[in-house]
Amino acid sequence: MLWKTADFAGWGRALTARCDVARPERSRALDALLADGLVPAMGMRRSYGDAALNSDGRAIEMTRLDRMIAFDAATGELEVEAGVQVGQVAEVFAPRGWLPPVMPGTGFATIGGCIAQDVHGKNHHHGGSFCQHVLSMRLRTATGVVEVTPEGTPDLFRATAGGLGQTGVILSARLRLMPVKGDVMIVTERRIADWDEHIATLDASRATYTVGWIDATATGTALGRGILEEGETGSGLVPKRAKYRKVPFDAPRFALSAPVVRAFNQLYWRRVPESGRTVVKPIGDFFFPLDKIHDWNRLYGRAGFHQFQCVVPLAAVKELRGMLESIAGSGLASPLAVLKRMGEGRAGHLSFPMEGYTLAVDFPNRAEARDLIVRLIDRTKGAGGRIYFAKDSLASAKDVAAMYPELDAWRAAAALADPERALATDIVRRLQLRGAA
Amino acid sequence: MNRTWIILGATSSMARAFARQVSADGAGVLLAGRDRDDLQALAGDCSLRGARMAEVVIFDARDPEGFPAIVERARSEDGEINAAVFVGSMPAQSDIDADPSLIDGTVTDCFSGPARFLHLLAPVLEERGMGTIIGVGSVAGDRGRLGNYVYGAAKAGFHTYLSGLRNRLTRAGGHVVTVKPGFVDTAMTWGLPGMFLVASPEQVAADLVKAARKRRNVIYTPFFWALIMLIIRHIPEPIFKKMKI
Repeated sequence: MLWKTADFAGWGRALTARCDVARPERSRALDALLADGLVPAMGMRRSYGDAALNSDGRAIEMTRLDRMIAFDAATGELEVEAGVQVGQVAEVFAPRGWLPPVMPGTGFATIGGCIAQDVHGKNHHHGGSFCQHVLSMRLRTATGVVEVTPEGTPDLFRATAGGLGQTGVILSARLRLMPVKGDVMIVTERRIADWDEHIATLDASRATYTVGWIDATATGTALGRGILEEGETGSGLVPKRAKYRKVPFDAPRFALSAPVVRAFNQLYWRRVPESGRTVVKPIGDFFFPLDKIHDWNRLYGRAGFHQFQCVVPLAAVKELRGMLESIAGSGLASPLAVLKRMGEGRAGHLSFPMEGYTLAVDFPNRAEARDLIVRLIDRTKGAGGRIYFAKDSLASAKDVAAMYPELDAWRAAAALADPERALATDIVRRLQLRGAA
Repeated sequence: MNRTWIILGATSSMARAFARQVSADGAGVLLAGRDRDDLQALAGDCSLRGARMAEVVIFDARDPEGFPAIVERARSEDGEINAAVFVGSMPAQSDIDADPSLIDGTVTDCFSGPARFLHLLAPVLEERGMGTIIGVGSVAGDRGRLGNYVYGAAKAGFHTYLSGLRNRLTRAGGHVVTVKPGFVDTAMTWGLPGMFLVASPEQVAADLVKAARKRRNVIYTPFFWALIMLIIRHIPEPIFKKMKI
């Protein structure tokens, strides 16, 4: 069967869509599928909302077009098909002293997906965004296959980087890998007592990789407390990675109720000794901590969850504190909450990053949480910040223009590459990214 | 020791996963199939994952004239020569009912083509006194069913051939593993109704590597298919003939 008709969900499982999906295993099969017109491509569907959904339409899953094509050990240039998972690249190349220069929070994301969301990692303040390390891509547009490079086709490059797959089907890409010392991480963990300390330590951190876990249930004087993780690559002995675990069923609702989360966060925070500690971890454990538990999204139960992620300019740090206050006060947050300082690096018109602070918090999919997120989106806009299309499932069209000032330029480039809007997906329609319907 | 795997039908997703796993162990791979561009991409991938050598050879189960060149290419490698057979085709039973000439192609792809190739290769394993052949059959070969009995019959023929070849090569120090996969998540099963307990190609490939190392004779993969097929094989024919499974 070429097309499989089924219900597909974003990673948050709150949004689903019935689509006809094909999953070609060879380039020739993909060519045949695209012969009568473009079809939106999707990868591992690790975007939380509806970026990889096309309700009542077609989509092509690229995950089986996953060959690594060539590597030049002199320059670190790696060419891969779009369906290769970023964690696979790390697994194969870290033992030889190379890593993708930017790695998102899950190793299951495909290279095509990393490009289409211009993802960032724990080193954004130094390393910039994913597409800043992309040297070229082969893109199947309405007019055929185009070689897209930052120098040769700057407009199309800026529209494709973070462009939600709207300029064409990304077939393959050449990336520049980064030399590293070895395939382990040396990680320093420190307890952070409150918000001011959290911001101050993030500002002061000189580590290559820095991220703050935040206890989004702590209120009052403990507001913003958490754990700061700073990591550097290293080489040496390391215990074997633990086996993957699976979540066998959807968790019941009380699993993430306020008292349970508060207790969990308390324990999690105290896990790190007061004086801090330094540990050695396999690379995957540091970059992709949740990948060890397959299908962890089922922990939120059948209804699924939403992630709110915003970035606000450095000057809006007070406003961000206010947002955390309302999150903590709501008692709705899950244990998954992250605070990080971002640099300026971004490669595309719709890339998420801006210099400032980014906060990401998961919420179970409940009416109170949805209302809260909508208010948070509004406050983000007021603070001059923006929300992340890879995570969003609740924003509306009116929110976007102010957050993404280059939207018009992107729209024009997308219209050139795909005049029929054949590549439009649910997120594009929901946020009217390519213009009103 | 130098180890080389000839992988027949290397463009299939199961074969791809297997090629990657033996490449990561430093084996050489001869990737055999019809789609040269696709095999070339896989060869690059295997090299990057650690294959000592990764080359494309053109193999068409229906064109035995191409077989000797592949055997000779393998023979030019020192050390242990192994083969894994992933070829086969499964036209819908309704298409076969409409055009019975499709039976010939199915039998060639699943049984007589690979058998002719392995017959040319067997002497190489005997000369060297080592080497393993993995033949991928199917649970469909265990019993003829309404839904796909031509495919099942071809696979059953292949199973019997493998059993005989095992009998022959064992005397010379070689080995044959018969593999009967259940439902695997491949292009062949994508979107088919009635799929359950579907295994990933990577899972199946890992089972194959392990079975070759342990010199297993016949394996079902994933393992629980052994139980399912035990039951299905033992349903008395008077009942089975009325069932639709």
